[in-house]
Amino acid sequence: MGSKRARLLPPLIVTAAFLLLWQAAVWLFGTDAYILPSPSAIAKQAYDSAPQLAHHMWGTLRITLIGFGAGALLGFLIAALLHVIPWVKSGFYPLLVLSQNVPIMAIGPLLVLWFGFGMLPRVILIALVTFFPVAVAMMTGLSKSDGRLFEYMRMIGASPSRLFWRLELPGAMPHLFSGLKIAASYSVISAIYAEAIGSDSGLGYFILIAQHGFETVKVFAAIAVIVLLSLALFGVIALAERLFVRGGSPRGKEGSRS
Amino acid sequence: MSSVLEVRHLSKRFAGSRKTPAKEVLADVSFQVGEGEFVTLIGPSGSGKTTLFRMIGGLELPTEGDISIDGANAVGTRGHIAYMPQQASLMPWLTVSANIELSLTIAGIGKREARALARDWLARVGLEATAHQYPDVLSGGMQQRVSFLRALLSPQKLMCLDEPFSALDALTRQHMQAWLLSLWESNRRSVLFVTHSIEEALLLSDRILVLSAAPASIIREVRVPFPRPRSEALWGDAEFIRLKQELYDMLRPDPTL
Ligand SMILES: Nc1ncnc2c1ncn2[C@@H]1O[C@H](COP(=O)(O)OP(=O)(O)OP(=O)(O)O)[C@@H](O)[C@H]1O
Ligand SMILES: [Mg+2]
Repeated sequence: MGSKRARLLPPLIVTAAFLLLWQAAVWLFGTDAYILPSPSAIAKQAYDSAPQLAHHMWGTLRITLIGFGAGALLGFLIAALLHVIPWVKSGFYPLLVLSQNVPIMAIGPLLVLWFGFGMLPRVILIALVTFFPVAVAMMTGLSKSDGRLFEYMRMIGASPSRLFWRLELPGAMPHLFSGLKIAASYSVISAIYAEAIGSDSGLGYFILIAQHGFETVKVFAAIAVIVLLSLALFGVIALAERLFVRGGSPRGKEGSRS
Repeated sequence: MSSVLEVRHLSKRFAGSRKTPAKEVLADVSFQVGEGEFVTLIGPSGSGKTTLFRMIGGLELPTEGDISIDGANAVGTRGHIAYMPQQASLMPWLTVSANIELSLTIAGIGKREARALARDWLARVGLEATAHQYPDVLSGGMQQRVSFLRALLSPQKLMCLDEPFSALDALTRQHMQAWLLSLWESNRRSVLFVTHSIEEALLLSDRILVLSAAPASIIREVRVPFPRPRSEALWGDAEFIRLKQELYDMLRPDPTL
């Protein structure tokens, strides 16, 4: 357990130093709060608006989880499908990449136009952003299964479906989780964006209103909550990785500098 | 004696491409492996032994000739052999026991029976402590024991072992030979074995087939006369040393080349 505390220490020190520096700079230069509030002012604001922030956070969390879940599932299915049927991969892969080149600023309002102000356009937007890193990471993982294990499985007569479920998929798990971690961060950001364009709740909406009133402290308080939300989501996925990716994979296989 | 594996007039030629010339690997190879017989292929590196295994396993098609396993045509069909590759090839995300169970279920054994078999045999060979461990904590020798056990327990009639000990150090290799010998002698299976080690071949086999360099054909067949059960004491036997010299001379590269 001691090593765990030792690992947590450096980021804590760096974060604390950063906040102190920020506090000192604001105080020293006498910066106006509507331009850049100090960390202590943000903390106080967060405390004062806690009920409001909590309400909006739940809204954000809900569509983030739904959108992320849908996107991850979509990414997983697309990767599996493209891997199993090679001609589908060559046909659709460019289309997948293309889907990421459409700016969400353009697609967001269109989705609202097509699907109304309900939850659907927001979920679609998040899923659209999150499926991609999952699909790409997972496809890489699937196509990189160990050649020796592959040969062994074929020699003893494993069927294509056995090859997929018992070799390729477990082998791709570490890749899948890297994809999920990236997608988790994306999903929070795109949820905020989606709420800013077509919603009457959520942290994105909260920020929008605060900005209109030049309440920069409130904007920062919301940002702090968003950061914590992202970290929590990331942490949950890292935890799931530890639980599901068993045996051998990371430990000692790759070289490490420390 | 009925034969479990029969290879008739087998030839293999890899079609060339623009960068690589066509290569004839096997030329008219015929042999068979009887029920409960241990047959070893020995031959120079690159003579096509692994290619032969891949054809028996159904991963590669012969250019000419037939292969039958247990009386049925096996050309291009998979799942008729138990296999032990050069490297242990255990799934790193499965425990030792689960690795064995996986191979057995692929071979068609029910889940529960596979588990019982794996547990029972791991205990029988003194590896019960490893049953719930992941392969990467095992030494190379231990991994190969698991790999052999996995092949031995598979229900297919023919076991194909492709240089299973070549990645091990000399001492571990000797222990493994003795271990495999005793295990196999008390559980006779039909085995086709590939090795580069003449001593290993003489210690383990009933018959040794000597392959020429590519394109490989069988240039000699040696019937190993020692009675079973055998032990490592054979290494000092006069006949053993004579046969070893004879095989060694046969495998010496052609001095005219
Ligand atoms: N798919 C392929 N296409 C072209 N040539 C191949 C292919 N597979 C194997 N070969 C060639 O066939 C020859 C025999 O290879 P193989 O691996 O069967 O030899 P081997 O007897 O198993 O050698 P070793 O004892 O070193 O394991 C080699 O020269 C190899 O380059
Ligand atoms: Mg080989």
